Amino acid sequence: MSIRLRELIRNVRACKTQADERACIHKECAAIRTAFKEESNELRHRNVAKLLFIHMLGYPTHWGQMECLKLVAGTKFPEKRVGYLGLMILLDERQEVLMLVENSLKMDLHNANQYISGLAMCSLANIASAEICRDLSPEIETLLANSNPYIRKKACICAIRILKKNPELAENFVDKVASILADRNHGVLLTGAKLMFELTQAEPSSIEVLRKQVPTLVRVLKNLVLSGYAPEHDINGITDPFLQVALLKLLRVLGRGCADASDQMNDILAQVATNTESSKNVGNSILYECVLTIVAIEAESGLRVLAINILGRFLANRDNNIKYVALHTLLKVVDSDVNAVQRHRGTIVECLKDADVSLRRRALELIYVLVNETNVEALVGELLAYLPVVESEFKEDLVSKICSVVEAYAPEKQWRVDTIIKTLTMSGAFVNDELASSLTSLISKSPEIQGYTTSKLHAALSADLHNVAQTLVQVGVWCVGEYADQVREAPPGAAAVTSAQALDLLDRVLHSVTTALTTKEYVLNALVKLSTRYQGDVAAQARVRQLIAPYRSSIALELQQRAHEYHALFAWDSIRAGVLERMPPMEKKAKAVDPLAVARAAGGAPSNGTSGTNGAAGGGARPAASAAAPAPPAAEVDLLADILGGMDVVPSTPSGAPPTSAAMRLPTSAAALGGGGGGVGVGGGGGSGAADMLMDLLGGDASPQMAQPVAIAAQGNPMGGAGAMGAMAASGMPPMMGAMQPQSMQAPTAAAGPAEWVAYEKGPLKVRFAASKEGGNPAVTNVAITFTNSAPSPLTDFVFQAAVPKFMKMQMQPASGSVVPAGNSGAVTQLLKLANSAHGQKPIAMRIKVEYALQGNKLSETGEVASFPDGY
Amino acid sequence: MIHFVMLISRQGKVRLTKWYSPYNSKEKTRTTREVSAMVLARQQKQCNFLEWHDLKVIYKRYASLYFIACVDPDDNELIVLETIHHFVEVLDRYFGNVCELDLIFNFHKAYHILDELMMAGELQEPSKKTILRVTAAQDALMEGNGDSKAVPELKYEI
Repeated sequence: MSIRLRELIRNVRACKTQADERACIHKECAAIRTAFKEESNELRHRNVAKLLFIHMLGYPTHWGQMECLKLVAGTKFPEKRVGYLGLMILLDERQEVLMLVENSLKMDLHNANQYISGLAMCSLANIASAEICRDLSPEIETLLANSNPYIRKKACICAIRILKKNPELAENFVDKVASILADRNHGVLLTGAKLMFELTQAEPSSIEVLRKQVPTLVRVLKNLVLSGYAPEHDINGITDPFLQVALLKLLRVLGRGCADASDQMNDILAQVATNTESSKNVGNSILYECVLTIVAIEAESGLRVLAINILGRFLANRDNNIKYVALHTLLKVVDSDVNAVQRHRGTIVECLKDADVSLRRRALELIYVLVNETNVEALVGELLAYLPVVESEFKEDLVSKICSVVEAYAPEKQWRVDTIIKTLTMSGAFVNDELASSLTSLISKSPEIQGYTTSKLHAALSADLHNVAQTLVQVGVWCVGEYADQVREAPPGAAAVTSAQALDLLDRVLHSVTTALTTKEYVLNALVKLSTRYQGDVAAQARVRQLIAPYRSSIALELQQRAHEYHALFAWDSIRAGVLERMPPMEKKAKAVDPLAVARAAGGAPSNGTSGTNGAAGGGARPAASAAAPAPPAAEVDLLADILGGMDVVPSTPSGAPPTSAAMRLPTSAAALGGGGGGVGVGGGGGSGAADMLMDLLGGDASPQMAQPVAIAAQGNPMGGAGAMGAMAASGMPPMMGAMQPQSMQAPTAAAGPAEWVAYEKGPLKVRFAASKEGGNPAVTNVAITFTNSAPSPLTDFVFQAAVPKFMKMQMQPASGSVVPAGNSGAVTQLLKLANSAHGQKPIAMRIKVEYALQGNKLSETGEVASFPDGY
Repeated sequence: MIHFVMLISRQGKVRLTKWYSPYNSKEKTRTTREVSAMVLARQQKQCNFLEWHDLKVIYKRYASLYFIACVDPDDNELIVLETIHHFVEVLDRYFGNVCELDLIFNFHKAYHILDELMMAGELQEPSKKTILRVTAAQDALMEGNGDSKAVPELKYEI
């Protein structure tokens, strides 16, 4: 016996425990299933309704989908109503089953009963797939002209859905919308305005056509604004705010970039902006939309001032909602009118202290954009005050933002170092490696603050070692190792650090439980460097040895190897100073190319593409980090990797066996220690020192054995290996060494010659790739890309982007220009460097995206690069 | 556009969900959980907007129920609040001083009203009167009092 829906709900609500509820549902499901099997038509709609309730409780109900289809195919209105409801709740556009309902939909669309037709349109609008949309588009076009407004308004929304799924159908609707605006029914006007907006989104060229409607739209809006009390559409004294907002939004796209259209709407916008009552949310929603429109179109300056003033009023509002939209909008305005926004800086900073996370986030974005040379100290102070209270999920973002504004606008280096150290010590574990890298590069390039920074870092770490990020500890330890000799006497503005204090700190870091393995490796490096920094200080020398010694039997292979190497190095007093020379100044590590994030190399664009993870997110409007001068291409020196270069190329010695001989091991870490920079082209004094020593060492030993560690290194990590080899090559190797190179590289596949092919072609654009292997390393491919354009007009705003899978690294140089000349009369070129860590196992794969404007139309194409030739 | 509408009780029970963008059942469960947890944790004085992934969640509490709508980041938050209020007012007039129990026992009617108010995530009718009129007319058809008198023997009561 079937129970009613109401009864089922009551039963379920009466259940005391989850188990009871489950039992109750299962019992009912069984009953419903039996009923479905018996094909009893009378109660099917009731059963489906019950099924929907069960679905809402989160139980599986897919077995009932077909029953909805049967109901929809029924003839009675109650069946259809429940059937369509079930269809919309249980199915979505991705289900194949939906195809079965297409015919019923088509029939019902033209049903004489307006409500049945309405149900069909509702389903079409909510869940139809792209195919169904395309198939039923002609029916909807007819219904747009139906005499019944109930049908017309629903048809408008169906058309929106069709355009969303199939933008190419836009032309079928463009000439149909004019008549809609003549409608008197508000439902039709509202949906019609939305349909016009959707048309502009689906087909930008339709904007031009729709601009003819601006006077009509203005008239409709004017009627709404000036009309007296209209009971049916009145909300708190305002006539149909929904329609007003939809019209304003539409005017925005029509007026943008067109002075004529903007002129036509100036008056009405001024009227809306001045006459709308702003004491209630309804009025504010219209004002908000109006401000957005004024800011976007080519409005008169007086009108813009009016709009900015409204935002100022919003910001002072006590309602948090209004404040929120004000902050949100100011961020959009800031580009065109920084000064107007600067005036409200005080209020914005106040919002940072609000209890509401939504407001704080908006305020933060805005402040980040507002920072400039004159106010950086004050605003960074505010941001630092905010840092301790921010939720941990935003901390990393905030830290990187503080650091990037400090980097861009710091008035002097000392303040910059102070602020960054303060930020990093306060931020606990939320520091990314990039910040550390930029700090180290700053220090290494500025001799005047090296002592100061070392002393400050020493003090910061001595005060609290456990709550700071490992990255900061590493930077501190590195500084101590490099510049300890500069702080024996107090540097200006900071305290002196004696050898005992420096070694105390390293000792503590080495033995702290929170210290990571990598950090310990840094400490060993710093210790061995201290042995030369404290020349003549016997106590310190002894302590260095004593600290390193235990690690010769460390179970961590890397530490053990280093300890052995350094221990051996103590016997080479004549060269030790040369090997442990100070690192040469290094470039800031260029933004790490995240293989997932699309590498952006906008040719000629003013922004230097700080897109990345911590870049000017949201504030992307401004090249915030423009001070981070375009690093010399190819000088991507990974500082951290260099200091620890040896770590990247760990030879795979079985951990039980002791390292064969210290001399044999030295090549790898020596190159890294001295100035591995040589491997990547920076090459300072240290670099050549290391190379000299290297040759000494190598020269004195038997060559066949020596080849071994290098060869392993080269296989273990192609990039690292290349670095070590490069260092040797750069120093003018004796012929004997050169001879060993080919053998040690052991290219996994035969080296491929240069190749050229068309990687991608779409429309007028042709992308040619010319690939060649980097000398000596088969894993690295250089690609010269040539873009040509066969269209009669040039492609402007041209931007090329590429993404590679995780196992690959990519480095992209700026394009030679942002305009591809017409008719193949010229070309834009761009260079790309790929390193495939899975060379020989996986082929190079790449997805590309090109964006350009052709005769003012913005186009964007994505695609897969036609495969690279064999051997690449 | 609105990507989904959700009605959640203060205890976190789902009273109605309507999805205008495709989500599979796993995503639906996760989204419901995430969004309701976020909304329920909000204090009364805080603003009614939350940034969630790349979208915005607009919510408003009416008595024991939270009405939640998730929209695109560029949509007008304030008018979405009005849309929610519009829905609530129609429900209120339809049920006559609506309460949570009405919506529990008549969830299908709430869906019907929502379908007359909104399609494809866009508001379709600004007039409350019109929505009530067409809903009432369809309810009449359900009970067979309308033009489907042809089959009086069939009781279409759910």
